[in-house]
Amino acid sequence: MTPFHGPYDDGDYADGNALAGPLREIFAVDLTAASGRCAHCGAEGPVALLRVYAHAPGLVARCPSCTEVVMRLVRGPNSAWLDLRGATSIRIPLGVE
Amino acid sequence: MGIVSPGFHGRRSAAAPELPPGQYLTEDFPVLTAGPTPRVPTDAWEFTVVTEAGQRYAWSWADLMALPGQTVTVDLHCVTKWSKLGTTWTGVSLDTLLENVETAADYALVHSYGGYTTNLPVEDLLDGQAWIAFKYEGEDLAPAHGGPARLLVPHLYLWKSAKWVRGIQLLNEDEPGFWESAGYHDYGDPWREQRYQGD
Amino acid sequence: MARLVERRAETPSAQTLVLDVPDWPGHLPGQHVDVRLTAEDGYSTQRSYSIASASDGSRLELTVQRVDDGEVSPYLADVLAVGDPVELRGPVGGWFVWRHTDTAPVTLVAGGSGIVPLMAMVRTRRAAGSKALFRLLYSVRTPQDCIYADELRSRARDDFGLDVAYVYSRQAPQGWPGEPRRLGVADVNTHGWPADFQPACFVCGPTGFVETVADILIALGHEPRRVRTERFGPSGP
Repeated sequence: MTPFHGPYDDGDYADGNALAGPLREIFAVDLTAASGRCAHCGAEGPVALLRVYAHAPGLVARCPSCTEVVMRLVRGPNSAWLDLRGATSIRIPLGVE
Repeated sequence: MGIVSPGFHGRRSAAAPELPPGQYLTEDFPVLTAGPTPRVPTDAWEFTVVTEAGQRYAWSWADLMALPGQTVTVDLHCVTKWSKLGTTWTGVSLDTLLENVETAADYALVHSYGGYTTNLPVEDLLDGQAWIAFKYEGEDLAPAHGGPARLLVPHLYLWKSAKWVRGIQLLNEDEPGFWESAGYHDYGDPWREQRYQGD
Repeated sequence: MARLVERRAETPSAQTLVLDVPDWPGHLPGQHVDVRLTAEDGYSTQRSYSIASASDGSRLELTVQRVDDGEVSPYLADVLAVGDPVELRGPVGGWFVWRHTDTAPVTLVAGGSGIVPLMAMVRTRRAAGSKALFRLLYSVRTPQDCIYADELRSRARDDFGLDVAYVYSRQAPQGWPGEPRRLGVADVNTHGWPADFQPACFVCGPTGFVETVADILIALGHEPRRVRTERFGPSGP
């Protein structure tokens, strides 16, 4: 279906800093300082600046430029599901503290 | 289970016997949302059904209002573990909307304004189990709760009751929706506690 | 697992919880912890809280702003007793952090309880003997809402190279020049470092506040990559 172009209310969202704990449970390095590229609009920026909708069955991280979904994280009792199809690439800084 | 926090009860009532397993009673109506809230004016609103053969059926807001409505009182069960009992909704039954739609499809993919999707079997939309609801407790449905109209399928977890509903795609093959493709159960029966894939 | 060692009232609605966390690995100022509360029947919920203290062995301080209709903060503020266990995960976060080895000047802009992670930076600066020049601009609604008021007063006097300025949005103290008002371009321009100095900028507060201040900093010529933000919002379902 063609996208609905609005109007929209932004609603209650946190920023990508809120992903630090849930992602750190999965990865050995911090991913909030990593830089990602949005698969929808091509905007590039740190994961910390994504808009995170957390009042939901999972964490939904959206691009601050185009509001499309970049990352989804669902935590079940025995598994986590991480969907990154909204990001074309993620550059992770290594070798810092 | 984690370390018990002495004296912590959370903002909820005690578990009630009539609730599905793992659910807690809530009196308020939590707002869950996976993104920005669309504000769809009713004069631009449209609800469509597209069949597996590509045939398209459409209803304007006026068309929907002209159909016979039903008022039902149902319990809501959210996969995030809250349940709300005895909620009253007014809407048009999917039996009415799908009555003259020519289809033999087994699966439905529901689409919302804002891009949300959810899937369920067509048979779960029929026989008085599902509505396009536009009033909640006698008032126009607020955008935060899915207004102007949402799907209401109360026998499944509430993520199936898509807010801001705009259409249903009828399919021969099952296609997972937004949460179903990210770990949540394909069907989502609260009484069998089908929260996650594999439950 | 942590234990509550002590609690301190900071304002009528904010409290500092002093925790003992055996095996705490240390942290960078600006990092946070995720606190999980679990009821006896297994119901649990989680929230993020910024760390207020400089890294100091197994001792950790969080400052919690009480949200009256909240689910977690009233428990932490009123029910949790000294000696009780607290389940927490952390430290987490690698974006909104200041490293004391960084010598660039620093502009800190806080709105309300957004002061907490910035206070951790101010405390770390002193504890590490850093000579990085700090300017803190702190927006509060009323003088009673000012967290760490006494400590900030003494640090502004004693910590060489730290300047502290205030904006009062609802009610100013007695004898304050000017009316209460929202923080604006002139405040950031006057009390922050000029863009030419290439300062690191840290902004923390409610969503609207952070967006406004970040826009002001960019408009004043600061490079976006030097402006780091953290906004409040829901952190758990």
